[in-house]
Amino acid sequence: MTVRDLAQRLGAEILVEGELDRPVTAGYAGDLLSWVMARLPEGAAWLTVMGNLNAVAVCSLKDGACIVLTENASLDANAQARAGLEGIPVLRVEQGSYETAVRLAALLGEQP
Amino acid sequence: MLTLRYEVPGDDFTRAGEASSDVKRKLKQLGYNPEAIRKVAIAMYEGEINMVIHAGGGEAIVDIDPRQVHVVLRDHGPGIPDVEKAMQEGWSTAPDNVRNLGFGAGMGLPNIKKYTDEFRIDTAVGEGTTLTMTVFA
Repeated sequence: MTVRDLAQRLGAEILVEGELDRPVTAGYAGDLLSWVMARLPEGAAWLTVMGNLNAVAVCSLKDGACIVLTENASLDANAQARAGLEGIPVLRVEQGSYETAVRLAALLGEQP
Repeated sequence: MLTLRYEVPGDDFTRAGEASSDVKRKLKQLGYNPEAIRKVAIAMYEGEINMVIHAGGGEAIVDIDPRQVHVVLRDHGPGIPDVEKAMQEGWSTAPDNVRNLGFGAGMGLPNIKKYTDEFRIDTAVGEGTTLTMTVFA
């Protein structure tokens, strides 16, 4: 499943396109950036409410597949610009991280 | 051997991570082992963030050779009074405005230790802190 497929399946808004054809191979949810920095798996769709520049840096440094902003969290203008430069797709959904994680797990073929 | 130097700006979260991102990019261009690149990027980013949060910035010196990446992060901030506590996961002295950005989980130094092969802290209260870290290729 690519990031583009994920966006479609979640009915997500695409805020930054980036590398939409990148495969999503894992998922992760969390908002404390240092925690995420330690744990985010490579290729993961990362569910968070953190739409700042540092979140983009964490996703880039950890080679996450995309950021999924949950609960309609906002994306800062400078974060949007940086994500575009780094090629990191940013999606947005209305549901919370928990509900989105349940759906993501099903999409990844894991037992929720 | 390639040596890179960076100024890490103080109190500017919008620029924190520039040095580690640049190092990551250069290591990729050099065809460095991806796992080593990941480790260097994480450890260096945490160090950069620490310098921005606690020390008003500092400098980063990165030596790259085919066997290892050696990083020195030096600041002239307040120093760390209790290194043992600072190394505990969850221990943080970050102010609230920093926590609102998603930092201050008390994972910075533990992450650096976890992702480096060699790690040393030299610190003196009132003088500053130097982190020396090595990741083998």
